[in-house]
Amino acid sequence: MHSQSTALKVGSWRLQSAQDLNKLREQILSERDPARPEIVICHGTGCLANGSDKVAKAFKTAIDAAGIDAKVVPGIKTTGCHGFCSRGPLVIIRPKGLFYQRVSPKDVEEIVKRTLVEGQAVERLLYKDPKTDDLIFTEDQIPFYKLQQRVVLHNIGKIDPTDISDTIAAGGYQALAKALSTMRPEQVVKEIEKSGLRGRGGAGFPTGKKWRSALNAIKKKGRPVYVVVNGDEGDPGAFMDRTIMEGDPHAVLEGLILAAYALGAQQGYLYVRAEYPLAIRHLEIAMAQARAFGLLGENILNSGFSFDARINRGAGAFVCGESTALFTSIEGKPGNPRPKYVRSVEEGLWGRPTVLNNVETFANVPLIIERGSGWYAGLGVSHSTGTKVFSLVGKVNNVGLVEVPMGVPMAAIVEEIGGGVPNGKPFKAVQTGGPSGGCIPYRLKGTPVDFDSLTAAGSMMGSGAMIVMDDTDCVVDVGRYFLRFLEEESCGKCLPCRLGLTRMREILDNFSKGQGTEQDIEDLTSLAQAVQDGALCALGSSAPNPVLTTLRYFKEEYMAHIRDHKCPAGVCKDLITYSIDPELCTGCMSCARQCPAQCITGKKKAAHIIDAEKCLRCGICMDTCKFNAVVIS
Amino acid sequence: MSHYGVQIDEIIERYPDKPEYLIFLLQDIQSSYGYISADAMQLACDHTGVPLTQGYSVATFYQSFRLDPSGEHEIRVCLGTACHLKGGQRLVEDLQRRLNVKAGGTTEDMRFTLSTVNCVGACALAPVVVVDNEYLANATAKKVDKQLKVLDSQNAVGIEEGGHA
Repeated sequence: MHSQSTALKVGSWRLQSAQDLNKLREQILSERDPARPEIVICHGTGCLANGSDKVAKAFKTAIDAAGIDAKVVPGIKTTGCHGFCSRGPLVIIRPKGLFYQRVSPKDVEEIVKRTLVEGQAVERLLYKDPKTDDLIFTEDQIPFYKLQQRVVLHNIGKIDPTDISDTIAAGGYQALAKALSTMRPEQVVKEIEKSGLRGRGGAGFPTGKKWRSALNAIKKKGRPVYVVVNGDEGDPGAFMDRTIMEGDPHAVLEGLILAAYALGAQQGYLYVRAEYPLAIRHLEIAMAQARAFGLLGENILNSGFSFDARINRGAGAFVCGESTALFTSIEGKPGNPRPKYVRSVEEGLWGRPTVLNNVETFANVPLIIERGSGWYAGLGVSHSTGTKVFSLVGKVNNVGLVEVPMGVPMAAIVEEIGGGVPNGKPFKAVQTGGPSGGCIPYRLKGTPVDFDSLTAAGSMMGSGAMIVMDDTDCVVDVGRYFLRFLEEESCGKCLPCRLGLTRMREILDNFSKGQGTEQDIEDLTSLAQAVQDGALCALGSSAPNPVLTTLRYFKEEYMAHIRDHKCPAGVCKDLITYSIDPELCTGCMSCARQCPAQCITGKKKAAHIIDAEKCLRCGICMDTCKFNAVVIS
Repeated sequence: MSHYGVQIDEIIERYPDKPEYLIFLLQDIQSSYGYISADAMQLACDHTGVPLTQGYSVATFYQSFRLDPSGEHEIRVCLGTACHLKGGQRLVEDLQRRLNVKAGGTTEDMRFTLSTVNCVGACALAPVVVVDNEYLANATAKKVDKQLKVLDSQNAVGIEEGGHA
C-alpha cells in the first residue's frame, strides 16, 4: 500500500531458513531511513467510518501540491486501529510522534504546511488533557495510552497490515523461525503450558492444557488433527479480535502455524465473522504473502513441516462462536451445538482431534515463544497471566480499545484510561462478558480484572467487552436486551434455552411495564437456575448471568419497577412520561415538526406542551431539542 | 441467470463439489444477487451433493441469507450493547414507522430493506446506522431521514451489491 517501499517482489524471496528471515529483515531495515517523516493514518473500522480514507487521500494530494523535496517527501502509512476511537480519525506524524485527533480532510493542508514544511505543531488538532487543559503533543503522553501496556497490540498502529515487509521488519515470524529451527513440537506445548496463558475467548481454559489434551488424543487416535482460529467475535460491544485480525493479521497466522507445528497439524481454519469484511481481506492478503515467502504452505522455512489454512466466513449466527457449533458450520451445516460428552480436543472438526482457540489467544503465542514463558508469566497476576485487550464502550469518555495487564482494578480502566462517565458522575455498573457475563456495580469498582475475580463477582471475563453504564441506564432494560438477543440467537435445539429464555424475557417484559410480583422474582431466579443446569451449550447455560447479577446487585431497581411502577433510570417506556420544561423551551418548534404522533403543540416562541395521551414515547423530541427542555419523569 | 456480469455457473464452479462448500456458495450467490433464488439454491445443492431440504435448513439458520429479493438500498441499524444504550432500538422503531415496514422486511416499492445487526463493532460512533456501506455516526432519526431523502432523490440503480454477505 502506501508504506515505505522496500521493493520486495512476491516470489523473489522464498525463505529457506531462520537466517534467510533475518537477512531479509536486515535488508528491509537498512533500506529505511528512520529520520524520514511518516504520516500514519488510522484505518481501523471506527476511523474509516469517520472518513479517515478521505484524510489519507487528502494527504496524498496536499503533499504532491506542496512540492516537497523528493529526498524528504514523507511516507504515508495506513494502519490498523490505534484504539482511541472516540477521537478519530487519528493521524500521527513520525518520527516525532505528533498526535493529531479528529482530523478532517480540510485540516490536511494546514498539517502539511505547518508541520511537515515548517516543523511546527497544529495546536488545535492536539489532544487536550480534560483535567488540566494542557496540550499533549505525543501519543505516549496521553493518559489513555500512558496507563496501558500494549503487548498483543504492540504492532497495531505501527505496521501496515497489508505489507508483510512491515511485519517482518517489526520482528514478525521470528518466533516461528525459532521454533522450527531450535524447538521440538513438544517443547512448544511445554512453553505454552508454563506461560499460564488462558483462552481469551470467554471461559479462560488454560491453552497449554488444551494443547496437551490434544496431544494425548492424537496418541490414541492418530492424525489428522486440526487447528482452528475462532474469529467469530459475536459479543455485542466487542471488537478486540476484529482489531487484531485487521491490524496485525500475521500475528494470528504465526500463532496458528506455531500451534500446528506443536500438534503436527497440516490443515487449519480461520472462522471469521461475516460482519468483518476488512478483517477477512487483511487475513487473505497476509496468507497469500506468507505463502509466497515460504512461511505458510509446503515445507515452511525448508524445515520439512507443511501446513496450510483457509478462511471460513461466518454467516451471521452468534451460536457459531461455540466450539461444536463452529465445527458443524465449517462442515457446511447449520451451526447446531452438540453435547460435549466427548470433548472437542478428542472429537472436533470432522470427528478428529481439534484445537480451537480465540484470535487473541493465538496472537499471544508468538510472543510467548519468542520471549519465553518466564517473561510472559511475569505479566499480570498468578492465575491470570499476561495482558488482556478490552473494548471500552458505552457511557464513557474515551471509547476505544485498551490493553492492560491482568489484575488491574476495574476503576483504573474505566476512570483513568476511560476518563470516566461523560456527565462527570460515577458510573453505575460495568457489564463484562457480553450476553454471558454480568454487571459489576460501582461499589465493586476495585475488583481486579482477571478471570477468577470477575467470576467471583458473578460476571465473567468473556471476550473482553466492557460496557459502561450510567444512571440513565436501566438494569431491567439491559437484562431484557441480552435475553432478547440470546432468544433470537438460540439455535432451538434444547428446551431449557429455547423456552426458558423466552419465559425469562416475558417476566422481564412485565417488569418493564410495571407489572409483576415478588413471586415473579423468585420464579425468575429458579428458572434461571434450570436454564443454567439444563442447557446444552454455553450460550444457554450462561444466558441467565446478566439477569442474575443485576438481581444480585440492583434488586432495589427491580423492586421499583414492580412495587412502585417506576423506572428510576427513565428508560422503560411504559413507566415514563415526556414533558417540556417551560423554563427551558424557546418555542423553536423543531420538536413539534419531528414528532411522529403530532402530539406536541405550542406557538412559535412560546413553551410547547406534549399530549401524554397521544405520545408514543419514541424520544425523538428529546433527541431533537437543542435546549434540553424535554424531560423524562 | 446473471447479474453484474456474474453468471451463476461461474460462481458454482468456484468451489469443489463437496458439501462443506455449500455455505461458501450461498454466500457468493447472495453477494452477487442480493438473495438466493429457488433456482440458485437448486444449483448449489446439486453441485455440493446436499439435499435441497438441507440447503434451506442452512439458508434459514444463518441470518445473513435472504430468500427474497432485497431492496435497492439496505438500511442496517446496529443493536450492539453500546448502540442499544444510546437509543438504537428507538431508531429501529422510528424507521419502521417512517418506512412502514418491519425490521427484516423490504418496502413495497423495493426501495429499502430495513434490518438490524447485532454489532458492527463501531461502538465509538454509537448509535450507528449503516446505509448501504456508509456509516452514519451518532445517528438520530433526523440524520437517517436526511440520508434516506438523499437516496430517494437519486435514480434507481438496480439491486445493490453486497449488503450483508
